[in-house]
Amino acid sequence: MVATKKSFLSIVIFAFITTAAHAGLPIQHWQSTSGAQVYFVENHDLPIVDVSVNFAAGSSQDTLEKVGTAAMTQRLLTLGAGGMTDDEISNKFADLGAVLGGDFDVDRASLKLRTLSSEREKSAALQLLATLLQKPDFPVKVLEREKARTISGLQEDATLPESISNRAFTAALYGSHPYALEDAITPESVAKLTRDDLVAFYQRYYTRNNAVVAIIGDLTRAQAEQLTDQVTEQLPQGQAATALPAVPLPQVAVERRIPHHAAQSHILLGYPGIKRIDPDYFALYVGNYILGGGGFVSRLTEEVREKRGLVYSVYSYFAPLREAGPFQIGLQTKREQTGQALSVVRDTLKKFVTDGPTSKELKAAKDNLTGGFALRLDSNSKVLDYLSVIGFYDLPLTWLDDYVGHVNKVTVAQIKDAFARRIKPDNMVTIIVGNTE
Amino acid sequence: MHRFITALLFLFSFQTVAAENQIHETTLANGLKVVVQEDHRSPVVVAQVWYRAGSIDEYNGTTGVAHVLEHMMFKGTRQFPAGQFSRMVAAAGGKENAFTSRDYTVYFQQLEKSKLALSMKLEADRMANLQLTDAEFAKEIQVVMEERRWRTDDKPQALVAEQYMSTALQVHPYGRPVIGWMNDIQNMTGQDARNWYHTWYAPNNATLVVVGDVKPEQVFALANKYYGVLKPHKLPVRKPQVEPEQKGERRITVQAPAKNPYLLMGYIAPTFKGSADWEPYALEILTGVLDGNAASRLNRNLVRRDRSAVEVSAGYDMINRGPSQFEFDATPSEGTSVADLEIAIRGEIETLKNEGVTEEELQRVKAQVIAADVYKRDSMFNQAMEIGQLESTGHSWRDLADYTKRLQTVTPEQVQAVARKYLVDEHLTVAILDPQPIDENAPKKEAPHGRH
Repeated sequence: MVATKKSFLSIVIFAFITTAAHAGLPIQHWQSTSGAQVYFVENHDLPIVDVSVNFAAGSSQDTLEKVGTAAMTQRLLTLGAGGMTDDEISNKFADLGAVLGGDFDVDRASLKLRTLSSEREKSAALQLLATLLQKPDFPVKVLEREKARTISGLQEDATLPESISNRAFTAALYGSHPYALEDAITPESVAKLTRDDLVAFYQRYYTRNNAVVAIIGDLTRAQAEQLTDQVTEQLPQGQAATALPAVPLPQVAVERRIPHHAAQSHILLGYPGIKRIDPDYFALYVGNYILGGGGFVSRLTEEVREKRGLVYSVYSYFAPLREAGPFQIGLQTKREQTGQALSVVRDTLKKFVTDGPTSKELKAAKDNLTGGFALRLDSNSKVLDYLSVIGFYDLPLTWLDDYVGHVNKVTVAQIKDAFARRIKPDNMVTIIVGNTE
Repeated sequence: MHRFITALLFLFSFQTVAAENQIHETTLANGLKVVVQEDHRSPVVVAQVWYRAGSIDEYNGTTGVAHVLEHMMFKGTRQFPAGQFSRMVAAAGGKENAFTSRDYTVYFQQLEKSKLALSMKLEADRMANLQLTDAEFAKEIQVVMEERRWRTDDKPQALVAEQYMSTALQVHPYGRPVIGWMNDIQNMTGQDARNWYHTWYAPNNATLVVVGDVKPEQVFALANKYYGVLKPHKLPVRKPQVEPEQKGERRITVQAPAKNPYLLMGYIAPTFKGSADWEPYALEILTGVLDGNAASRLNRNLVRRDRSAVEVSAGYDMINRGPSQFEFDATPSEGTSVADLEIAIRGEIETLKNEGVTEEELQRVKAQVIAADVYKRDSMFNQAMEIGQLESTGHSWRDLADYTKRLQTVTPEQVQAVARKYLVDEHLTVAILDPQPIDENAPKKEAPHGRH
């Protein structure tokens, strides 16, 4: 029960997981005999091994007819495999002190494992991971249970202003693009999912050639090679994931106002943003730090919170994806001041896009982004996430090493130019949940 | 290492102790305690300043003032006016934040290691020289009200948690929310915040925790340079405000717009007093048996087997300045009433009390504890948090070293014994969310306004 001053810090960090690295992070990369791409950092500081196995099996690979299949497939991977029940799997990992996790987003589905590096624990935990990935059972009874739990969660979400605004935002921003499928899931669509849907999705997307394996920790290159074979060589064979279409840009402003009883209005503004590999990546990224990514020193926080006391949290971020991920500004404010807060945000954005940052602001941004670079790689779990991103999006192996140089090269003119070309304040998507007057 | 410490003792009259897990401590002449843990894996450092002042130290009418002061601490000093603190930390590549809890208020920076001095310079300055103006206060109190709306008022389960605590603890300050009641926030003044600051913000009421790629001697010298010049002051006597014994079950219903009901129930439980205590360790193991992994009793039986719940969890925290709770919370599945779910949870508790736990369950929890003790070393921040939390609740970081070992000694009989002793009906409080239809056309009314 802790109250924090800066709730949005975690959002900022999440949005820029994309970023930086340690000059000279020694990433070893190879393709395993199974076809999987492997990214490995050998590090013996702690007796721990972290592994993440990633597939292009996120929600954008769903179809509208069977929306929700991708998420449910990933969820059931850990709930029945090789004849083991969900309880048996949970207990075996617990007995080893191993921690199983995973990530799921529009592009990517993954399973993650953290284990002690001692031989008994490590080999047993990896064997379990190998079974989950390669011998999933998708038990019908477990599927029915998880469907009921998912539906319950969706029904609750439908009452919460934050969830309502997020769903409306995704729908308005992405329309018929596959990135809209993430929030197209309904209780009705979940109820229709069958075991066959999951099996077919698994066979199609959890393939050897789609696998990206990230590893860091207390093991040798030879052990990492063996590990990779173990967790991938019995995966289905198949084609690469379906390529995504480009995200169409809105030609007119879209504004949706959804009434809600809450004390605060939840406001989201956005526009299609950047791709993971994008010529404007660093200009927009550094620029956004100045606009709304830099916490207390950002323009949005200064104008909306510090000067006027209208919000607890206001932020902006670019979430770079395979295709253009969202550029989003978010805030919550007392319902009576909805209009005032919205106009301050719009003015702040418009001014930034029109005039760009000052050179003093740019220097401050560079000082922070380059000076704090080491903080981005100060734990194995952070490095693991970077390895996954680099591997999954096929970024250069030197991407982390080059980061500081890229940030330092950004100019005021580049930021101004990139924002002017890429962000259109007059064509934004705006969602207001709460006071709609 | 030992030789160095002798030198330090000589130079600064520090009381310094070295320990096996590379933790070092000293206390400056003005009472500021400094604890340093070396972690040389990355060229970074985390510095946390822990003030032993949280909502437990508040009185009715000014609830939330500890947290309001935390916000005001970013509003500047004569040397570094409003906004400068954050700008300087940002320019150094740092991340910063602060948080307030029931027991303490914490300010921290994460930085590249060469920037540690900046953190100390700024923190030491605002420990003594905060300029808390009514103009800044008037703006910031609006931000805090927004925070309360966001954190609690618009979240039905958070309202349940708030009401649960105020029902379980009717006298002890833990019954009041950390963020404060809205009416108290609305009526708070700049003077309330200044009083709080002058009462509690002093080197002799603080602990500095530093973890990272540093040498303790450097940290101690920097601390002495920046914090050493600050004057201690006399702290008020802290009244215990002990909760009278609960004599019977307490129940409360919270009505709020929502879809699913929600249940939060808990028992009064002992707080860790010192290493002679075994009961808190047994209760920690009990938590693991109930909710340590996805196949522990609660999830296995209620979510997976009976399908009466969509979520269920158990929690207990043995480190507090005040009384602890052993809590359960759960969301019933479609077709199960919240009353039936409560019966099911109480059934699990009865089974525990009557039949105890198996050796297999115990070993499983212990294996997870041993591994977690290794995994936590991957986060400098969390290591600093553990040290600071113990130091700020009347204990020592040395209790950490003991913790894992002590958990390993817990027996099945001890787990059963604490279940029987503490999970008893007369010490139970139950809070239930009774979902109300969502009427979009009826804006919720805030509590009656004071000043605003």
